Amino acid sequence: MTVTDKEYESAFGQPLRRKEDAHLITGQTRWVDNLSAPGMLYAAYLRSPMAHAKIRVNTEPAKSYPGVVAVYSAADFGEAQAVIPDAWTVHPEMKKPVMTPLATDEVRYVGEPIAVVVAETRYQAADALEAIDVDYEPLTAVVDLEEAVKDEALVHSSIGTNTCFYIESPGEDYQAAKARAESEGGVVISRRFRQQRLLPTPMEPRAVLVVPTMDDVTVYAATQIPHVLRLLLAMLTGQPEHKLRVVAPDVGGGFGGKINCLTEEIIGVHLARRLGRPVKWTESRSENFLQMHHGRAQIQDIEIAATREGKLLGLKVDLIADLGAGLRLFTAGVPMFGAAMFNAIYKMDAYQFNCRTVFTNLTPTDAYRGAGRPEATYAIERMMDELAAELGMDPIEVRRKNWIEHHEFPYTTISGSVYDSGNYEAATDRAVELFDYDALRAEQKARRERGDRKQIGIGVSTFTEACGLAPSRVMGQLGVGAGGWERAEIRVTLTGKIQVVSGSTPHGQGHWTAWSQLVSDKLGVPFEDVELLAGDTATGPQGMDTYGSRSLVVGGSAIVKACDKVIEKAKRVAAHTLEANPDDLEFANGVFTVKGSPGPQISFVEVAAATQLAHNLPDGMEPSLNSAYTFDPVNLSYPHGTHLCAVEIDTETGWTEIYRYACVDDVGTVVNPMIVEGQIHGGLVQGIAQALFEEAVYDDAGNLITGTLVDYLVPSAADVPSFLTDRTETPSTDNPIGAKGVGEAGCIASTPAVVNAIVDALRPLGINDVQMPCTPERVWRAIQSAKGGAA
Amino acid sequence: MSPSSCTARLEKTLVAINVNVDGRSASHDVEPRLLLVHYLRDVLGKGGTPVGCDTSNCGACTVSLNGQSVKSCTVLAVQADGADVLTIEGLADTVDSDLHPVQEAFRECHGLQCGYCTPGMIMASVDLLKENPNPSEAEIREGLEGNLCRCTGYHNIVRAVQTAAAAMGSGVTA
Ligand code: FES
Ligand code: FES
Repeated sequence: MTVTDKEYESAFGQPLRRKEDAHLITGQTRWVDNLSAPGMLYAAYLRSPMAHAKIRVNTEPAKSYPGVVAVYSAADFGEAQAVIPDAWTVHPEMKKPVMTPLATDEVRYVGEPIAVVVAETRYQAADALEAIDVDYEPLTAVVDLEEAVKDEALVHSSIGTNTCFYIESPGEDYQAAKARAESEGGVVISRRFRQQRLLPTPMEPRAVLVVPTMDDVTVYAATQIPHVLRLLLAMLTGQPEHKLRVVAPDVGGGFGGKINCLTEEIIGVHLARRLGRPVKWTESRSENFLQMHHGRAQIQDIEIAATREGKLLGLKVDLIADLGAGLRLFTAGVPMFGAAMFNAIYKMDAYQFNCRTVFTNLTPTDAYRGAGRPEATYAIERMMDELAAELGMDPIEVRRKNWIEHHEFPYTTISGSVYDSGNYEAATDRAVELFDYDALRAEQKARRERGDRKQIGIGVSTFTEACGLAPSRVMGQLGVGAGGWERAEIRVTLTGKIQVVSGSTPHGQGHWTAWSQLVSDKLGVPFEDVELLAGDTATGPQGMDTYGSRSLVVGGSAIVKACDKVIEKAKRVAAHTLEANPDDLEFANGVFTVKGSPGPQISFVEVAAATQLAHNLPDGMEPSLNSAYTFDPVNLSYPHGTHLCAVEIDTETGWTEIYRYACVDDVGTVVNPMIVEGQIHGGLVQGIAQALFEEAVYDDAGNLITGTLVDYLVPSAADVPSFLTDRTETPSTDNPIGAKGVGEAGCIASTPAVVNAIVDALRPLGINDVQMPCTPERVWRAIQSAKGGAA
Repeated sequence: MSPSSCTARLEKTLVAINVNVDGRSASHDVEPRLLLVHYLRDVLGKGGTPVGCDTSNCGACTVSLNGQSVKSCTVLAVQADGADVLTIEGLADTVDSDLHPVQEAFRECHGLQCGYCTPGMIMASVDLLKENPNPSEAEIREGLEGNLCRCTGYHNIVRAVQTAAAAMGSGVTA
């Protein structure tokens, strides 16, 4: 049973069950590692066990291993090796050290690929790796970010510094704001926050299968970016773009981790072409933790100045961002993406942003769920709670005094963003109600007065983020080597069924369902009659893929606009058939009627048949309803929300549990509320994981000591609670759907809510910060040192 | 799972095994070190059971071995000799009406997004409900502790297991 059987026009906004689920719950899946091709070989990569060393590689001994077909190191590829691509030139003078797919004479992080074995079986390829002989001459590993800044040891000696770029904005305004706060009895608060390194950890590790046929090459990849990948592989391997097909079949999550073009894809193409046989490579989890880019990794020095009444005057941000050993696609841009978001939803007179990006001998960083925005939101939302505490105000009250009010949109922020719409008051009021804020504050007070062993703390986080990447012009101005448009094609069959070709590629977000709802609503055809074709450059050659919560906002808008073109043409055919003037027709619920007349009508399905039969079309008309549209957004979109978290802390052990979590998100117009809620839940747990559990920890030599799921604590169901969620809907005014993007919201908002709650619980002890992840040990130590008198 | 290097020099004598997988018997000569999950995937072509880690932590590879849920990356194929193995592909037909109540509930409650953890989650949930047909939320969360999901935040997975418990308990779809 589905709602759409009866009333297809109401598919929009309904919590319809997902089309994609049937094959996923029955195991009929097409993960890359499930695919095979006749004559397929397996590749395995030898990876550096050292963070920094000169190397000499001898692949000879591995060649005689059973089943081995080929063993290659960088030397075997010569010029053909190309480089690991980067696509974001943040600063004209930024340093761009060359990283090759296989290390040439130096390795720069543990896990960097050195050589590849190709063998008849998975196990044989893995066996032969150990026979490869590598001479390592250790060099000093640069592991600590602040040490890296000093340039005493260099990651890339060729560029003479570890700093990739430094950007400083003029500080006079901020200094004036600070002086004003000081002279008028206001407050100036500074804090240092650390954004620990995180591992994206999609449950499906990366995988690549490359199939050569004649002079064509097909690449099946567990990727978020089949279209971008095709372009990059064409540029890097010399395989012409029109003879290169990239397919992203079922993809088991990405979270930003699968937006790169790395060794295994680049070398995979070379291997298949050289050997003339299909070659598959599947990443192990341990390899995934070393090779897939990491996220976050910043030191943030934040200062705010405010009046005694709690009005923000100025904000100063000093960032050091850890890029890791080299640049990947968006590495350099991630900290800059946050630059416009530190001021969040608040009005202020002055904002200073300084940013230094630094190379280290660690896995490169890049976009991870939220990419720059979680870091910014964390910093400002922690500071807002600190400001409230300093002034003895309620943290929600402080926000009310500073946020942009409902009637002030569109609003140009101090950092130059134009927020189209929003209603922070409504979301906050609803969240306060859902959470039962007053009751929890009363409980907190009672527990404090009784001196209970278990104390509760309440954390607030109001946030906005920038989604819907992005007007192409803006991407150009920011130095991104890509456009921000998205492409959709609507194919109408003779029987009136619809194929949607979308350049936006899903990896769990529910595109099949949401896109069908959009099209069903626009064309008035049943939900079941719409099918999606995505993730294959052969069926949909143009696209900009999926990241940064852009799918519905940009990709969905392209679909809606393409549907408009279909309707426009269908209307001309309908008018011709009905012998009416097209301007006199109206289209609703899949039927064309003559305005104000109950008489003749024709359905969309009949028009589809008539158009394709072409027996009686207006003179010169093309016999097809197929239409395409490439949508370039005019602005980013700005979803927002209010998240409230209560934690319960055992003050004897430091054990922290989430006691209640409520959030109200405003993601603009909602196509499928069930999917939206699911995305929020998933994001919440990833954000909570940063607050409480996850951290990529390295030793002094640059070894990842949280290199498996034993040590890297991805939370399980037992570690997190259920959530209270609700939403308000303030449509975006900048796209035809009114959608704003939801994929990252939960992840961005929850981290500061949780840490604010922890600090709130401990504040009576004189504690004003706990660094993430706030493990029981860290919380316990904070309590002990507070009790001992040291802060 | 990448086979660890310490096994590289193991004697490669093949061992004959007979396994009943999803109601069909299979006989193969396999390397003693071959993991059950790789036997299922690479030898039998059972792609429904994926691999998510190499440390037996993620639970993506969970199948039922003689009626008990196990992580098939922790079991050697030779250990499954003579055993009955049930994978997600044998749990039910792919036809809607024949879905197992747990599968049905995962779909109904949006208990999956990318679906990579889902076969393991479903197999673990089936086992959980066999042991405890009427679990509390806390018991469900504890019971699924060995299965990681990166997409759903578990909220809807818990709802799915509760929904399946109700459906199975009421005899609606037993
Ligand atoms: S693959 Fe078996 S537990 Fe992760
Ligand atoms: S649904 Fe993606 S990992 Fe669970």
